[in-house]
Amino acid sequence: MTEEKEITCIVCPIGCKILVKTDGKHIKNLDGNKCKRGIDYAEHEALDPRRMLTTSVFVDGGEWPLVSVKSTKPVPKEKIFNVLKEIRKTKVNAPVKSGQRILNNVANTDINIVATKIVKKL
Amino acid sequence: MINQDVDVAVIGSGPAGLAAAVSAKQHGTGRVVILDRNSWLGGILPQCIHDGFGVEETGESMTGPEYAEKYIAMAEQQNIEVMNETMVLQFDRKREIIAVNKKGIYKIKAKSIVLAMGCREKTRWSAMIPGDRPSGIFTAGVAQAFINLYNLMPGKNVVILGSGDVGLIMARRLKFEGANVLGVVEILPYASGLPRNVVQCLDDYDIPLFLNHTVTSIEGRNRLEQITIAQVDKNMNPVLGTEKQIKCDTLLLSLGLIPENELSKNADIEIDEITGGPVVDQNLETTLKGVFACGNCLQVYDIVDMLALDAKRAGKNAAKLTTTKKRKTGIQFVPGAGVRYVVPQKVTEGGTTQLTLRAEKPGEVSTLRVIVNDKELFKKKLPWVNPANMIKVDVDIPSEVIKSGQSLEVTIND
Ligand SMILES: Cc1cc2nc3c(=O)[nH]c(=O)nc-3n(C[C@H](O)[C@H](O)[C@H](O)COP(=O)(O)OP(=O)(O)OC[C@H]3O[C@@H](n4cnc5c(N)ncnc54)[C@H](O)[C@@H]3O)c2cc1C
Ligand code: SF4
Repeated sequence: MTEEKEITCIVCPIGCKILVKTDGKHIKNLDGNKCKRGIDYAEHEALDPRRMLTTSVFVDGGEWPLVSVKSTKPVPKEKIFNVLKEIRKTKVNAPVKSGQRILNNVANTDINIVATKIVKKL
Repeated sequence: MINQDVDVAVIGSGPAGLAAAVSAKQHGTGRVVILDRNSWLGGILPQCIHDGFGVEETGESMTGPEYAEKYIAMAEQQNIEVMNETMVLQFDRKREIIAVNKKGIYKIKAKSIVLAMGCREKTRWSAMIPGDRPSGIFTAGVAQAFINLYNLMPGKNVVILGSGDVGLIMARRLKFEGANVLGVVEILPYASGLPRNVVQCLDDYDIPLFLNHTVTSIEGRNRLEQITIAQVDKNMNPVLGTEKQIKCDTLLLSLGLIPENELSKNADIEIDEITGGPVVDQNLETTLKGVFACGNCLQVYDIVDMLALDAKRAGKNAAKLTTTKKRKTGIQFVPGAGVRYVVPQKVTEGGTTQLTLRAEKPGEVSTLRVIVNDKELFKKKLPWVNPANMIKVDVDIPSEVIKSGQSLEVTIND
């Protein structure tokens, strides 16, 4: 079974629309990229799209009510809202250090969530 | 009045101010002071919690707060003095700064000043959107501060006007926080933000982008209830009969940024009408001797990396008091066909000059030229051009050209 996807290449600002045909596991055809760099991008994007995730977590007793956080690795696109749901349930106590681990193996993705900001204790 | 004498005074502690201060100190100046009205350092960065900062400068993609902390740590290491919660009220041609904080009013005499006040957002009144005046209308950056710093949600059903990067990033951010993002409305035929943000902030979450559209009316008694959008023609006038109503409680405006230069104007510094920032020479010195400009108050940068690099130059020149002696003999850079603006606006000495400029419209393979007196001084092929991406080139300008007094025209042709 072939699937067709139109992918906008984001490697450079030309933003080629690349038409990708896959069987779910492999690329069968690729069309519309103006240069080679688009191939790699479109392959990943068609077979296993991932995104860095940045959001915030509640802080108790801090100078700010929130601390900004990020995923240590890009999260599979279809898991983003699962990960966000777990993050939303989390609360940490001030002080928070930048780089401090907030969640381990979030939503069974094997990815951790770490703080990206210092929040001092009030 | 509390009197102080400093070598370099930096107004604003965003990435521009921090980078300039660190660089001034590294170039051997004595007392460097940063003044900022906020209670924190880093300017706008702590609210920009998404990643994508510093890629070109360090090869690593950081979030806004991480990028800020990198520079804050450097500033601490260099013993740079910081005056937070301090509002600069004015400065004059003698480089005397008047500032105020809870302790009182200060008069700070500086050998040189670096302007790094950043920018502010355009509002509903810059776009002249008619209609009622209910609550629920925010600029995108204010909404970003509410959500990311203060844990406040601006609304539930949101429309965003303007497809600049701030607007796109806010579309995704609101979606993450459970809001219903009904669409992004853009008057131009293309998104003004980076393609990466169009894909990762809108397409990923099926948020519609209405190109060639604008908001023509705002309705609501107390809270926003509904907006009307309409298609625009080639002259950007709404086309009758294409109106569409959208029920929403919140409208975010991402209409662009205006360099913050009230202080500069007060000091009679010449402002470039197109960039909205001070007119500067190759040393980033403004038309006021000993006053340098950098960051978003000089011109609106798209990425922080280039901003920091230029800010470091401003800091270095402020430290060395690289004032241009032959200021009268300077020649102008004139934006020609295909070019919206060029910074610096003038050059007073021969040698390598770093130019930053923006194209008028998106295009593919193009040629950038610097022309003087019908002769080509510099030529560079560009694989693509986009007004959203600032162009940076180094151009060698012979001293004879400066002496000739002729202006330099910069053009981009396909
Ligand atoms: C929403 C958003 C998203 C962005 N995303 C990215 C990105 O993904 N990647 C990237 O590279 N760049 C990004 N940028 C761009 C980059 O963050 C900004 O260009 C940069 O922060 C601007 O730095 P600045 O130092 O010029 O100004 P600012 O950070 O705005 O700092 C100016 C400072 O001056 C102070 N100030 C002003 N007037 C006075 C006064 N009279 N007295 C005392 N203090 C004063 C202000 O309080 C403020 O702290 C983004 C920008 C925004 C707004
Ligand atoms: S395929 Fe090549 S030219 Fe096209 S957008 Fe991607 S990187 Fe740019």
